[in-house]
Amino acid sequence: MVDKMKDDEDWLYEIKPKGKLIDLNLREIWRYKDLLVLFVKRDIVTVYKQTVLGPLWYLIQPLFTSVVFTLVFNTFANIDTGAVPPFLFNLAGVTLWNYFKECLSTSSTTFTANAGLFGKVYFPRFIVPASKVISGLFKYGIQMLIFVIFYAYFVFYKDAHIAPSYLVWLFPFCVINMALLGLGFGMILSSLTTKYRDLTILVSFGINLLMYLSAVMYPLSEAKIKSPAYAWIIEANPLAQTIELYRNVLLGADHIAFGGFITSFLISLIAFFVGLVVFNHTEKTFIDTV
Amino acid sequence: MNHTILKVENLSKQYRLGLVGTGTLSHDLNRFWHKIRGKEDPYLQVGAINDRSSAASSEYVWALKGINFEVQRGEILGIIGKNGAGKSTLLKMLSRVTSPTTGSIKTRGRIASLLEVGTGMHPELTGRENIFLNGAILGMTKAEILGKIDEIVDFSGCQMYIDTPVKRYSSGMRVRLGFAVAAFLEPDILVVDEVLAVGDAEFQKKAIGKMQDISQSGDRTVLVVSHNMGTIQQLCSKCVLLEHGAVSYIGNTAKAIDKYLAVGKIEKESSYLIDYFKHQKDDVFNLNALTVNQVNANHNMYYSDKSIDVYYEFEILKEAIGLRIGFDLLDMKSGVTLWRSYHDDQALEMELIPKGKHSINMRIPSNLLKLGSYGLKPLVGIHNNRWIVNDDKFVFYFDIENTKGVDAIYTGGRPGVIMPAMDWGSISNIN
Repeated sequence: MVDKMKDDEDWLYEIKPKGKLIDLNLREIWRYKDLLVLFVKRDIVTVYKQTVLGPLWYLIQPLFTSVVFTLVFNTFANIDTGAVPPFLFNLAGVTLWNYFKECLSTSSTTFTANAGLFGKVYFPRFIVPASKVISGLFKYGIQMLIFVIFYAYFVFYKDAHIAPSYLVWLFPFCVINMALLGLGFGMILSSLTTKYRDLTILVSFGINLLMYLSAVMYPLSEAKIKSPAYAWIIEANPLAQTIELYRNVLLGADHIAFGGFITSFLISLIAFFVGLVVFNHTEKTFIDTV
Repeated sequence: MNHTILKVENLSKQYRLGLVGTGTLSHDLNRFWHKIRGKEDPYLQVGAINDRSSAASSEYVWALKGINFEVQRGEILGIIGKNGAGKSTLLKMLSRVTSPTTGSIKTRGRIASLLEVGTGMHPELTGRENIFLNGAILGMTKAEILGKIDEIVDFSGCQMYIDTPVKRYSSGMRVRLGFAVAAFLEPDILVVDEVLAVGDAEFQKKAIGKMQDISQSGDRTVLVVSHNMGTIQQLCSKCVLLEHGAVSYIGNTAKAIDKYLAVGKIEKESSYLIDYFKHQKDDVFNLNALTVNQVNANHNMYYSDKSIDVYYEFEILKEAIGLRIGFDLLDMKSGVTLWRSYHDDQALEMELIPKGKHSINMRIPSNLLKLGSYGLKPLVGIHNNRWIVNDDKFVFYFDIENTKGVDAIYTGGRPGVIMPAMDWGSISNIN
């Protein structure tokens, strides 16, 4: 049979200088789905190899943090958490905050930490931050389990008057929102750090400061009561809005406001798409500058 | 069916010389400013050609400029060239690790690259887990790996340790495992970089055998980069010779190799060798001059029936016991060291060379070397202590021509690495 195709038409793909704005090849990512699974598995399995307590470390860290927060913020600083036991209040905030922190910090080092690998072989680079977000979700799941156990303990043994809100089905959206925010800003930062290393330093201390502005260990209402002049800083923070809603739907609250969360979700979506664009732009030549 | 599987068109890559520093931001901004006005990148018009030895004339350099070639389905293409000629840059673009500055690579098949053996292996995972991880990184699916896992384990020769974490492996075993995964990779186009130069002799043989199997199967295309002309000759039907970031020859392997070796010979008078003498800073020994010569020789072309003189001039600044002056003689085609020799090889005890300037002459006997290309790599060292002169780029190249030497009246090659004249008696009648 005569091949009717012209010489220039049936190319499978073309390697070109940087081109389109969004160049996310979903079909290619789908082809590498096994790699995604293996990366997730690797992250989960290898972290605590050759440690005695192993995966227990996933639990120890948020528990201790919550104990200390309860001592400092609730006992010493007298922050009022309403009907909710302060420990449970802090545990909820810390768990979700940890997930965001994990997403942001791991994806913000994508290029610098994997330069050796990326310099040797091609695969869709997006797989790496995506795998981090998924393996982070696994850790979050384990921590959620311990949250549920303490929840039950407080309800049945301590007679705490708390119950999930009828909007409890909203909590997965809070988690997704955190993932999008962490991934989005993480990808933007990882792209910028390939050229400007200053940002690595900024991220490492900035993320700790950010926690204090994200309503992790106090309710938004407390901030409004104690300092009406500056509460807007917390209110404008999409992380604070997400954590607030998350806590309210899980632990029950008199009234639940969505406005802040919807804005926050939009910000996440924008961050995620901007992140994708910047990330795609960087992945093509970062190896020359890293 | 179209037979051109890969087409490289006007491919160029520009790098910035020196540090990435404060200038980066201003150049980036300038670039951006030109872009939004719809103008061309102002820095693409500048840039020196890629010549390592000449001083930089611009902040930007073209590592590759205007590369064009095509690869046919089933072909094994060798890519050769000196250090810094642009081979690795070309490989990086072929394997999509970095993007070209201008031009394009079009392909009709999936490209898998093997720039390193065992990429992405995790030391805490077992051999078996790493086979899956490494395979997936190279682009295999889980099903593909599952179907070949037994063969891969078998090929690696690591059956006993396959469920042990890779961090307990010897470095050789890690390489074997990595190569085994790579060997069962079945992309349309495989890009390989010198990975054959690893492992022990037995494993190298296995690896080259595997490469040949792949090439003989006929439907897979391989691009190989190597400095080992022996391997290139064995595997490739066609070669691309790169020089200063441009293609200087495409075609028949044997011819390309000859041209490549000729490139090396020009280096005899190169600035590198001259600089070498100037920039020595050793507190024990300084090499002041070294010449490789043959009486009545024409440039670097020597005759096999005449001896070759090597003359060293040096200065001893501090006496050192066990100071040895010598050389390695390299066969450039195979990359094999034919032999090593030192000035005191036949001494019965270590002697001390007194302070001051000295010279020594050494003669490679006539009727010993075969027709071919050789390199003499000077060596100076203190026994059991350190090397003073031992530099892979500090090599004197020469060719041996055979017109009046051994076997000169017959044409054609003969087996053997060297071709010494033996002490044959004359034929006598015993009737």
